[in-house]
Amino acid sequence: MISRVPVLLHTPLMSGSNFIHGIVLVGGIVALGIATTPLEQGIGLAAVIMGAMNVTGGYMVTVRILAMFDRSKRKGTPR
Amino acid sequence: MTAYLGDVVNAVYVVAVIAFILGLKAMSSPETARRGIVYAGAAMLVAVAVTFVSPGLSNFALIALGVIIGGGVGWYWARVVQMTAMPQMVAVFNGMGGGSAAAIAAVELLSTLSNPTTSSLSLAGAIIGSISIAGSVVAFLKLQGWMRQKAIAYPGRQPISVTVLAVGVALGVYAVAGLNAIWLLPFFVLLLLYGVLLTLPIGGADMPVVISLFNALTGIAVALDGFALVNGPLGDAGYAMVIAGTLVGAAGSLLTILMSRAMNRSIRNVIFGAFGATEEVGGAVQGSMKPIDVDDAAVLMAYANEVIIAPGYGMAVAQAQQKVKELSDVLEAKGVAVKFAIHPVAGRMPGHMNVLLAEAGIDYSKLFDRDEIDPEFANADVVLVIGANDVVNPAARRQGSPLFGMPILDVDRAKNVIVIKRGQGKGFAGIENDLFYKDNCRMLYGDAQQVVGKLVTALKKS
Repeated sequence: MISRVPVLLHTPLMSGSNFIHGIVLVGGIVALGIATTPLEQGIGLAAVIMGAMNVTGGYMVTVRILAMFDRSKRKGTPR
Repeated sequence: MTAYLGDVVNAVYVVAVIAFILGLKAMSSPETARRGIVYAGAAMLVAVAVTFVSPGLSNFALIALGVIIGGGVGWYWARVVQMTAMPQMVAVFNGMGGGSAAAIAAVELLSTLSNPTTSSLSLAGAIIGSISIAGSVVAFLKLQGWMRQKAIAYPGRQPISVTVLAVGVALGVYAVAGLNAIWLLPFFVLLLLYGVLLTLPIGGADMPVVISLFNALTGIAVALDGFALVNGPLGDAGYAMVIAGTLVGAAGSLLTILMSRAMNRSIRNVIFGAFGATEEVGGAVQGSMKPIDVDDAAVLMAYANEVIIAPGYGMAVAQAQQKVKELSDVLEAKGVAVKFAIHPVAGRMPGHMNVLLAEAGIDYSKLFDRDEIDPEFANADVVLVIGANDVVNPAARRQGSPLFGMPILDVDRAKNVIVIKRGQGKGFAGIENDLFYKDNCRMLYGDAQQVVGKLVTALKKS
């Protein structure tokens, strides 16, 4: 599936797959959801915060990179 | 009711995972790439939302707090950051994913230490996740320039790294086998240290490959965490993590291989080579660097039939892409054919240059890959190198050079080469560039944006 990707798309693809492992947030929510001791809650909260950063940051970066490709297709439109 | 809700949650995860796969597939083709991220984004939103309402969870306030803080910071940071900083943003958000995976594994280890199956899976997830976050953060610091970018080598680094890893893993295994959670603390410290030690000796030029590798590792850590969660109270979330994590692990590994192939190096060589840490001895550099001023450079280009522009990281740093677009327009108005030569690893990420030039509105049809443009250099009257160094270094053709074997743009075969460069320093790999000393090469010193701006002004006057 990935093996014939043009070099041009390596960066967005890396960024996109980076976003997809943001599914870790779901695991973070479960981990915090089942946490009982304060220590577990603290670590679980860290998991959720980092997971959420992975999701939103990964999405935003990918969208911004891909938006550039889109703009260039509309020939002659000044920025 | 609870069973019914569980079925719905399960179905949503299945749909989400399918959307991830389709989204990633769409992202591997230019026409459908944007659609791909939208699919994946929608799937993620739904998957996270149903996890909230799934039965058997508590600490809702804390969960909401975490999502708002992390989500807000990630969103804002990724929005405001300069386009040139995108590579390190990928690194840092990937590291967050790895850290999250490690933290989940820690909670799992603390709560179900007595279950050998989940404990070993969590332990594996914790190992890989910790390496990924520590390594990604170092990669971020290096790319951001907050840390020495060159490869940092020190004697005995491999035995030291291996010892740290071995002791760390042994402590983790001991904690799980002896059911003694206290050993998990030094375990995590040592694994994080290993991630740092692993990344320190890697030079900046290899960072894209390394980030891609950590990306794949995070995927694997997520999958391992998922396996550990499958037997828990919300097993379906575990399955979703297993599939999505494996997907990223596989896609990321393939990408890593593709990228290192573009640089003609093995992944082993990238990670253990400490590339660029050693100075080349007895380099056969002769002659001197010859400067040129803006007006002479402008005249040289104005009377050329064909100009090839070879951009590099310097163009990205100086944000010169708009000026480069103007330069290309001015030259074309004078009847000069302008082409762009894009080296696969120019900049800090594959496709970095394409993205920036596309942003500036330069037409795709003028961008050429290394293979396509290489025979053209001999015909070009002028090659303008903008802030590229290692990817145009003919030393790569010379046996014994640390760059030997890396495919380069053969710009030195052109009649004239003009190099726009900030100073006389070496490139990212820390290697002297033979090109600058060649007879057909002239140096144009200064910030790429300013220099190209001056070139445009000079060309308009002439």
